Amino acid sequence: MADAKIDLKNLKAGGFIKERGKDLFTVRLRVPGGRMSVDRLSRIAAVAQKYGKGFVHLSVRQSIELININFSDFDAVVAELGEDQQKVASCGARVRVPTACGGCEYNPNGLVDTQKSALAVDEKLFGTDTGHHKFKVAFAGCPFDCPKSATNDVGFQGGVWPALDAAECISCGLCDKSCTVGALGMGEDGKPVFAADKCIYCGDCLKVCPTGAWKSAKEGYSVRIGGKWGRNPLVGTLYATFLPEERVVDFIGSVLAWYLEKAKGAGRVRIGDIILREGTASLLDHLRRDFADYVLERTILPQVIDTQLPLR
Amino acid sequence: METIDLRGVSCPTNFVKAKLALEDIETGTTVEFLLDDGEPVKNVPRSLKADGHKLLGLKENGGHYVLTLEKGED
Repeated sequence: MADAKIDLKNLKAGGFIKERGKDLFTVRLRVPGGRMSVDRLSRIAAVAQKYGKGFVHLSVRQSIELININFSDFDAVVAELGEDQQKVASCGARVRVPTACGGCEYNPNGLVDTQKSALAVDEKLFGTDTGHHKFKVAFAGCPFDCPKSATNDVGFQGGVWPALDAAECISCGLCDKSCTVGALGMGEDGKPVFAADKCIYCGDCLKVCPTGAWKSAKEGYSVRIGGKWGRNPLVGTLYATFLPEERVVDFIGSVLAWYLEKAKGAGRVRIGDIILREGTASLLDHLRRDFADYVLERTILPQVIDTQLPLR
Repeated sequence: METIDLRGVSCPTNFVKAKLALEDIETGTTVEFLLDDGEPVKNVPRSLKADGHKLLGLKENGGHYVLTLEKGED
């Protein structure tokens, strides 16, 4: 192998992960939001067939991983994947490939275009060195939250604020019946009554309304910060609501700036643990500078989940 | 008015049956569907609306729902 030339630039961004066996690596490919063209998939399959040992692995964060790749084949693998189109993903203390659900284009539950957001974040922020620890971002199209956004460093969850056009309401009561959080009841006039403080922005009332009497007054992302899983899980808490889709990249940039500053000297620590140390007010104030219309008055610390209970 | 009874048929079979039934009906005709409470009444009306039919009414009637709609353009 002494004469094998390896372009070390390929290794710099991460995504080449040492395996158990001698000389073998996993090559993690970048699949933002888990969507990929069938042409790309065919190309990847051909490369995996040629350089792997018959299998690929679908990572839990929606990436395709070429497994059992000999390190001497790195350059050939990268070249044959067509690196300009199929980027290798990352590992280490970097902004990771964002995950996302299918979003609103074909999923009838989706309220926002999570795929578009995931691509924008991947393009602008992927691989950004945090200096401290990994930084994960996820996009859920609605409060069903299949991507489990609150277990990410920054998690986005699409939401909609409902408004009733009473003239179009036929008093069927389906919205009341569908509202699982008790934000709707039926009034004496046969029209729904909205308890705004209970609403979680899921849009079930809009989706179920047979006449379209419930309309969207505003849409955007609920943003939760400070989540992670692993050995010491934290659930991220709510910092902003109805953040417009086009402000997502800047919002994450602002969170990252706070994290980089506050985690100085802290070593390999995720943002959730920095918030536990610093409190929430400092981050809220920082975010309010550029996102005053969306940032909450107050929030709570990341929620500790003790997965070893009841053994303790 | 024609009544299509979809009680006891689960999602998404009830919606597909409703679509098939509507294929044999003239545009502009009013029809009635009987739907179970729960998932069927939450899903079928909005799916039919998305298919371009005009929903006229939805009433509870002794444990099930009666959906009235006007068939849209094919």
